[in-house]
Amino acid sequence: MDNQIVLKKSLFRSDAVQRLLAFGALILLFIVFSIASPNFFQFDNIVGILLATAVNGILALGVTFVIITAGIDLSIGTVMTLSAVMTGVFITFWHLPVPLGILGGLATGAIAGLINGSIIAKMKVPPFIATLGMLYIAKGLALVFSGLKPIYFNDTPEFNNMAMSSVLGAVIPGFDVPNAVLIMFGAAIVAGLILTKTVLGRYTFALGSNEEATRLSGVDVDRWKIAVYTLGGLFSGLAGVVIAARLNSAQPSLGQGYELDAIAAAVIGGTSLSGGEGTILGTVIGAFIISTLSNGLRILSVPQEWQTVVTGTIVILAVYLDIVRRQQQ
Amino acid sequence: MTTLLKAIGLTKRFGGLTAVENVSVDVNLGEVVGLVGDNGAGKSTLIKMISGVYPPDEGELIFDGKPVSLSGPREARDMGIETIYQDLALAENLDVGSNIFLGRELKNRYLGGLVNTLNRNKMREESARVLDRLDIHIPSLAQQIRNLSGGQRQTVAVARTIYWNAKLVIMDEPTAALGVTEQRKVLTLVRTLCEQGVPVIIISHNMQDVFAVADRIVVMRRGKKVGELIAAKTTPDEVVSLMVGAEAVHEMGVIPKALNGAAGSV
Repeated sequence: MDNQIVLKKSLFRSDAVQRLLAFGALILLFIVFSIASPNFFQFDNIVGILLATAVNGILALGVTFVIITAGIDLSIGTVMTLSAVMTGVFITFWHLPVPLGILGGLATGAIAGLINGSIIAKMKVPPFIATLGMLYIAKGLALVFSGLKPIYFNDTPEFNNMAMSSVLGAVIPGFDVPNAVLIMFGAAIVAGLILTKTVLGRYTFALGSNEEATRLSGVDVDRWKIAVYTLGGLFSGLAGVVIAARLNSAQPSLGQGYELDAIAAAVIGGTSLSGGEGTILGTVIGAFIISTLSNGLRILSVPQEWQTVVTGTIVILAVYLDIVRRQQQ
Repeated sequence: MTTLLKAIGLTKRFGGLTAVENVSVDVNLGEVVGLVGDNGAGKSTLIKMISGVYPPDEGELIFDGKPVSLSGPREARDMGIETIYQDLALAENLDVGSNIFLGRELKNRYLGGLVNTLNRNKMREESARVLDRLDIHIPSLAQQIRNLSGGQRQTVAVARTIYWNAKLVIMDEPTAALGVTEQRKVLTLVRTLCEQGVPVIIISHNMQDVFAVADRIVVMRRGKKVGELIAAKTTPDEVVSLMVGAEAVHEMGVIPKALNGAAGSV
């Protein structure tokens, strides 16, 4: 009898349910918006949604790891901005080759993450505070290094092409999905493999599940925590490079607020803020829900400010559903 | 009888508080040692010194005939000292196999060790083997730990120590929060371990448990060792009166019996 109860429970594993629910919600949104407006389900508009998801999706991938450890990273938005600005500094100001500039942008994000992780693991500053501090530091540094002005990549068109031209369109004529979208899916696959197939992924869950138990098992908890925040920072760096390439410029004042969209994407996708649970697929679906929602509402001429209100409501709803399900268990 | 572990004069202070003062304990092959004491008597602190969590301020450990100084729980585990903590030290959201291998995952190595992935199948197979050896039955090894009963969790924790060829197993309150049948299973497991040549130190509040499995009983009170008794030659009353201090018993007159009852039900 014991065994039956156990089996029943496993069918209702909450992250699986949440993912299913989130996927259902995404389909529902598509159906509702398609009925409401003939302009919604058009190839160009769908591409627009995909493109809008790219940057937020990449940010959300990184923060998913952090949240699964029962931590939080509020700095991802402005670290993304700083990474974009540094890419601009390397490519436009210093005239470094584009690939080197990109590496520099990625490294900027990873270093910010490394610092976050070290402050949290070694100095025992709570993640909320440590990364809130980093939010301001990165924001300030982005303004300092850019000289308060956007940095343009006009001398290096290949940088913009990297994100906005379409490899897919070259292979399948007419199917012009910008590379930025492919970069996001590629990053998602890599993130999924890391989370499910590697020791880093295993310890990400173990940390969020029972940090003390993980420590007592002989795992160097501090080191792995730093690794997780560094990985999160690396994804912010990638998001910075992609947004800079997409806009053909590094905008030093853009970025704050992105962290909330990314965290919302992870949470809507079933990543538990209390740690130990989450999937990459769920996060990607969550990111699509957010961008589909704002795209659809825009097509229906709902003002921008109301779109934000709706997103907030959805986040609360998603977390509330998560809590209800936990209580049932 | 061969002495596996000799702890000599262990002392641990936290600021002004002396949690454990000059405690010596021997553990011999083929025996179960019960470690008893009231809350705050220093049992857990003593155990944490033996398992490498706290470095002792004074005293020394001799394990397998050699003096050792442990730099952390990892080193203690590598030497064969395995501890099962009160909170079980299991990660609730990971499955059975992942917990048995937590901290020592088996990996597939690719590109000369540049890329390592978890070898899930191997870990699951090995987990099934060790559970079979201990005659433990868990419906599905893919189960997350949080879906298992308290007794099943306890057996997973024990299986983990066995898989890693423990030479000495320390169990902190292994039967707390278990049903009667499950308590019995865990105690049987303790005897099985002991018969397979792995001595066990068991910490418990429960006199029945201690008397059911222990050969020798070490009593602690306020950080000091106040008694060491052969289980067969003592009584729960005697142990309890050592635990709470003989004076306290005298002051309270007829209390020993009541105390024994209370201690038995904790």
